Amino acid sequence: MRALEPDDRRPRAVPEARAFGDVDEPLRDRDFQLALWILYELHYRGFDGVDPHAEWDPLLLVSRAGLERTMEHALRELVASAGTADPVEKTGDNPADDVVLALTRMTVADGPSTVSGFLQRRATRTEFCQYLGERAIYHLRESDPQSFVLPRIDGPAKVALAELQYDEYGGGRPERLHATMFARALESLDMPTDLASYLPDVSGETLASVNVMSLFALNRRLHGAAMGHLAAFEATSSLPCGRIARGARRLKLPESVLDYYDEHVEADAVHEQLAIRSICGNLVAADPGLADDVLFGAATCLEVDGMAGEALMRRWLDERERRPEPAKRSRAAG
Amino acid sequence: MSEVRRVVVQDCPGGPLLIRGADEVVGGDGTVGKVERPVVALCRCGRSERQPWCDASHRARRRRKKD
Repeated sequence: MRALEPDDRRPRAVPEARAFGDVDEPLRDRDFQLALWILYELHYRGFDGVDPHAEWDPLLLVSRAGLERTMEHALRELVASAGTADPVEKTGDNPADDVVLALTRMTVADGPSTVSGFLQRRATRTEFCQYLGERAIYHLRESDPQSFVLPRIDGPAKVALAELQYDEYGGGRPERLHATMFARALESLDMPTDLASYLPDVSGETLASVNVMSLFALNRRLHGAAMGHLAAFEATSSLPCGRIARGARRLKLPESVLDYYDEHVEADAVHEQLAIRSICGNLVAADPGLADDVLFGAATCLEVDGMAGEALMRRWLDERERRPEPAKRSRAAG
Repeated sequence: MSEVRRVVVQDCPGGPLLIRGADEVVGGDGTVGKVERPVVALCRCGRSERQPWCDASHRARRRRKKD
């Protein structure tokens, strides 16, 4: 991807040197998350003008490991304090069934998520575009982190992950590649389609929600967590995507925006079953020791995505507070 | 000799039916849904707004009749 430019709006292009442990809230800290994101990007597409050998530069790997330790510690604390991933409840002799049941229970929707409800009913066109911009850092690379897990698992779980990824990657039709469909949606709104354009404004929490996928996918010991994360992600996607599609219709946004979210209502209803049953169920059937990792990954997805959603809602409500009149006018007009 | 293609239906208790290998799904009202993905999920709870496909509505909290 194109090289990042220094942020002129801030007093320093490079923040003061900070030790890894010197971060109060790593999951909300933009500098921390951006540093980790840049190190991960070396493994995906790299940066124009940056030596590709940097991917395996020992000093950068040491830096990444340090940031990852802090990140993983923060995730484990977050999940433990939220109590989302209680130890698997043993209902019988079958640990796979227990995990499938636990994942299903954890991800039951208990009401409209704030962000998708806001987009459905209240968001202005500008706010809707801000949402797309915030999500662009994931959707322009949709499903790529999980592909790193394929060579690390085997048997029915591998077959199911390949099946899910094949669908994410367009099912043999390049124009249906989900990342490409998202780029088309951005294009239809005259928004840039290169990821670098969105990095300056994205929140630490949103960066964390993407980094957590790379953390789980690039560390083999965390592959159970990667698949649990995928299951929770897919299982909490269809209903919100349906609400977002309704919001896009309300705002009369272009067809490609509707197409992207409509596609995800149906696709993710399938993926939810594949991820919970065929991937996580089979993974745990083959290795019951992975059960806790799977649930940790799922809980992490729910907590971190929740944090990113709250951060975005705060931003919208703060901006409306500062400019109440235009918001009211556009609501009346809508 | 070409093999007969298998159509496989997978039961997801509390959720949809997953179907692999089908070309068309005929809805209750006779409309024909074209299968355009490797696996499709068919609604079983009757609450989907995209019949015959599942839209995960079985997961949504049921609206209480109090209004």
